[in-house]
Amino acid sequence: MIEARPLPTRQRPVAQSAITGGIGESVKRPEGVLKVSGDFPYSSDLWAEGMLWGSTLRSPHPYARIRAIDTTQAAAMPGVHSVLTHADLPGRKVYGLEIADQPVLAFDCVRYQGEAVALVAAEHPEQARRAAAKVRVDYEVLEPLSDPELAISGEGPSLHEGGNILRRLRIEHGDQNARAEVVVSGEYVIGMQDQAPLGPESGLAVPDGEGGVDLYIATQWLHVDRDQLAAVLALPPERVRLTLAGVGGAFGGREDLSMQAHACLLALRTGRPVKIVYGRQESFVGHVHRHPGRLRYEHGADRNGRLVYVKASIVLDGGAYASSSTAVISNACSFASGPYAVPNATIEGWVVYTNNPPCGAMRGFGSVQNCFAHEAQMDKLAQALGLDPVELRLRNAFQTGDTLVTGQPLEGPIPVAELLQRVLSMPLPETADASRRDLRELPGGVSNTTHGEGVRRGVGYAAGFKNVGYSEGFPDYSTARVTLRVVEGRAQAEVHTASAEVGQGLVTIQGQIAHTELGVSQVVVLNADTRVGSGGSSSASRQTYITGGAVKTACEAVRQRVLEMARSELGDQAGSGENWRLADDSLIDTSGRTVIDLVTLLGDEVVSEEREYRPRPTEPLDERGQGKAHLQLAFAAHRAVVDVDVELGLVHVVELATAQDVGKAINPLAVEGQLEGGAAQGLGLAIMEQVLVKDGKIMNPSFTDYLIPTILDMPPVRMEVLELGDPRSPYGLKGVGEPPAISSGPAVLAAIRAATGREVSHVPVRPDDLLDL
Amino acid sequence: MEFLQPATWREALEMKTAQPQALPIAGGTDVLVDLNFDRHRPEVILDLNRVTELSEWQPANGRLRVGAGVSYSRVISELSDRLPGLALASRSVGSPQIRNRGTVGGNLGSASPAGDAHPALLATRASIEVSSVRGSREIPVDEFFLGPKRNALKPDELIAAFWLRPAPGPQQFAKVGTRNAMVIAVCSFGLALDVEQQTVGTGIGSAGPIPLRAGEAERFLAEALADGNHWRSGQPLPQSARERFGELVAQAARPIDDVRGTAAFRRRALAVLARRTFAWAWQEYTAG
Repeated sequence: MIEARPLPTRQRPVAQSAITGGIGESVKRPEGVLKVSGDFPYSSDLWAEGMLWGSTLRSPHPYARIRAIDTTQAAAMPGVHSVLTHADLPGRKVYGLEIADQPVLAFDCVRYQGEAVALVAAEHPEQARRAAAKVRVDYEVLEPLSDPELAISGEGPSLHEGGNILRRLRIEHGDQNARAEVVVSGEYVIGMQDQAPLGPESGLAVPDGEGGVDLYIATQWLHVDRDQLAAVLALPPERVRLTLAGVGGAFGGREDLSMQAHACLLALRTGRPVKIVYGRQESFVGHVHRHPGRLRYEHGADRNGRLVYVKASIVLDGGAYASSSTAVISNACSFASGPYAVPNATIEGWVVYTNNPPCGAMRGFGSVQNCFAHEAQMDKLAQALGLDPVELRLRNAFQTGDTLVTGQPLEGPIPVAELLQRVLSMPLPETADASRRDLRELPGGVSNTTHGEGVRRGVGYAAGFKNVGYSEGFPDYSTARVTLRVVEGRAQAEVHTASAEVGQGLVTIQGQIAHTELGVSQVVVLNADTRVGSGGSSSASRQTYITGGAVKTACEAVRQRVLEMARSELGDQAGSGENWRLADDSLIDTSGRTVIDLVTLLGDEVVSEEREYRPRPTEPLDERGQGKAHLQLAFAAHRAVVDVDVELGLVHVVELATAQDVGKAINPLAVEGQLEGGAAQGLGLAIMEQVLVKDGKIMNPSFTDYLIPTILDMPPVRMEVLELGDPRSPYGLKGVGEPPAISSGPAVLAAIRAATGREVSHVPVRPDDLLDL
Repeated sequence: MEFLQPATWREALEMKTAQPQALPIAGGTDVLVDLNFDRHRPEVILDLNRVTELSEWQPANGRLRVGAGVSYSRVISELSDRLPGLALASRSVGSPQIRNRGTVGGNLGSASPAGDAHPALLATRASIEVSSVRGSREIPVDEFFLGPKRNALKPDELIAAFWLRPAPGPQQFAKVGTRNAMVIAVCSFGLALDVEQQTVGTGIGSAGPIPLRAGEAERFLAEALADGNHWRSGQPLPQSARERFGELVAQAARPIDDVRGTAAFRRRALAVLARRTFAWAWQEYTAG
């Protein structure tokens, strides 16, 4: 195997991290200080000797035919080493996570504004940008298809072979003709959310001089990137080696390829390292977004407030390319009725192609859009029945033994009612006299719009859930190599996986597991790369479960070998070695006495084991949307307290409270971080975040006008973390990362409705929605 | 790109005369954003950060002369008592980092209709001192803004300072944004009561091609206060008059629909801000 050419220390990924502490401890992340002091090497900080800079020419049109591309002028610009178009591609011209339908570089036509058309490598990034602007593309501009409903109707241009319906899904559960005494209906529109990671897409490709390439990259899944790259580059996978570079946030936005193939193509063509770094505006078209949606719901219940049926029609706009849309609509439909037992349901879902920006994975993955709808419906139903909104939810809350609308039985602890009761019983923040409060505690903040005038308080509740891990039979596994050896007179455990640390704390988790399983105080976690088997993606809240499971399994294999070594070297007195365990860097017998310390036992021996961990498989959904499609379900509930200035339509979220079952908190501090961060993203979608798209064009592609919450918008989060233990998962843990982003936003919407008495159906809520204009 | 760094004001003016296309930069909170967005690529940048005179302020002839390079942070910390309206506006600018770098002079140079300082300067009848090698002149603030991001500077002129009277009465500023901090105004409003001359000043931001004064609203409110003998009695204005003031402010706006908000919302919000800021100012006046 050809080893990567080393990069300078300060501009290459952190090689390994030391972890000190076992599971259940709030171990601090090893890169934390580097991050806050500005010393952490992010993918955009990479540097290599002789490096060139890549730039991408992108389509200004949402839909156009390409008649011709002329690169002559661009190639003659100063500092330029290479200009590439689709004609230069050595291998597969398209890529994609589920369906390979997205061109590496546009050929024939462009299907969204910002689609990559040509690449330039030059000595300086500015030279590359200027040269890219000199690539002449002759477009025949076409009328874009921007309305998803039109895409369903079959009118308008067909954007891909097979038409514009990317996936249609129908779930039929129970009696399809059920009727109910009390019926409420509503239509909800959810805007397009951006993952808004602080680190834009970036990476560095280094040719190995023998036709292969090393890519240092911020991604969520090294191996799926590698496999797509190998096809595009027409190289065997082993000649495309990926190393994780510092990731500045992901949230789903790094599941698809962005600049990976482009940098590799330029590096292989020029024979020089090539770095590409997107700016913020380019990032807005450089990754997929959360699907905007239109959701129409009808809920039927009996007079006692028991749900009789749910009918839902969910239309998600997939944009120009497939990305992970087909899986997103599956989630949106599976969880459409919320965490409530409903005997009968008809759920219809569509995700369609349009000429809007491509949409795909984002934290919550299909469960976010529908949660806004089903929770609004539950509040509406409570009102129609004259019931308290929480009481209605309690009467219908999922319990163990109930089934999803897909027919899948609910196993293990299903604490929906308990989570709701917990947030209900937490103390409410004080209602101080609004006129005496600090401006920062009022709607409008320091912009000084109210001193209490027009301010009304509201409290709202929501519950939500989603799957952990891959669904519908998609193979889910992770690989870990664990090595035990003596380093500088101390026993050291090394953990190596290809699983991406994207800021969620996976490095720490892996180290904690090795620390506990092997009883070794010195644990290092190697940086992720493709020298070890696939870890799967850092998505679907799955890594602590699946990669954690792989690390645990590999540790068990290492421990087994160490015990065997000990038994054969020490001689097993009466077979008692069966019950020896590893702790405190030693082998301990059942009476707690040290049999031998690991340094002595290991000597020069290196014990190394690589293992795959595979949870039980899932099943595809059948033609009626039935099947055991999901591995694990994770639940959370939120309460929001808001102050609304009803004359200006401005909102201040006073407090968010949450309760979540995490099964087992492997790192309680990291759990706290996930619960706060996810709630902030939910709050953002509820009241300010929306990628505004008009006729296929993004109107606000920067943080000037795409607003995300600041510290003055995000309140403290009151939380209760339950550890009820899943009997099937490692340590009983549950995925933690996504539930905080699901019901937090709907709780804010409920609170706004409570404060204003208005039926708010657009997310995010805009000031205009709260006024009669 | 040429980068000029004059050490003195005289040198800066000479450079601007020699190269009138030079783009002045102070805090850079507008200029660098524009460069980053690739909106334009100036051939020459004139860095004013070494011209120390620009960051000074002093009283002169009963007024205050505030250098164009005084940052928002310093307006807040050093001038809140004398220029309360401008200080309130400054407090709503960006983040602490931006307030440390950004300057009122820069705001005037950019002449964005959404500039946070503008409504406060309009309401308080500021004047802008501009200079060139030919000399200096004062431009009343309501003649300073000519169009979106266009001001009354001649090509060889630089903004030296702005002049204001120490507040002769209560002043207020309020700004609507869809986030509680770090937000560009959807609309904003400045109000100043001149207790000595018994007049009212207003300024409207981000609701027209340029920052605007609501002249009719000013006259209406001044007359309503005078007619009812309110200045003397301190009695509150009837609700109908307060609402009328709000309506007149809303009518003075010339808003459009854009990504930050709708025209209808801007008018509505301005009426609310006008009523509220007047109520706060009057409360301060009567509290004495």
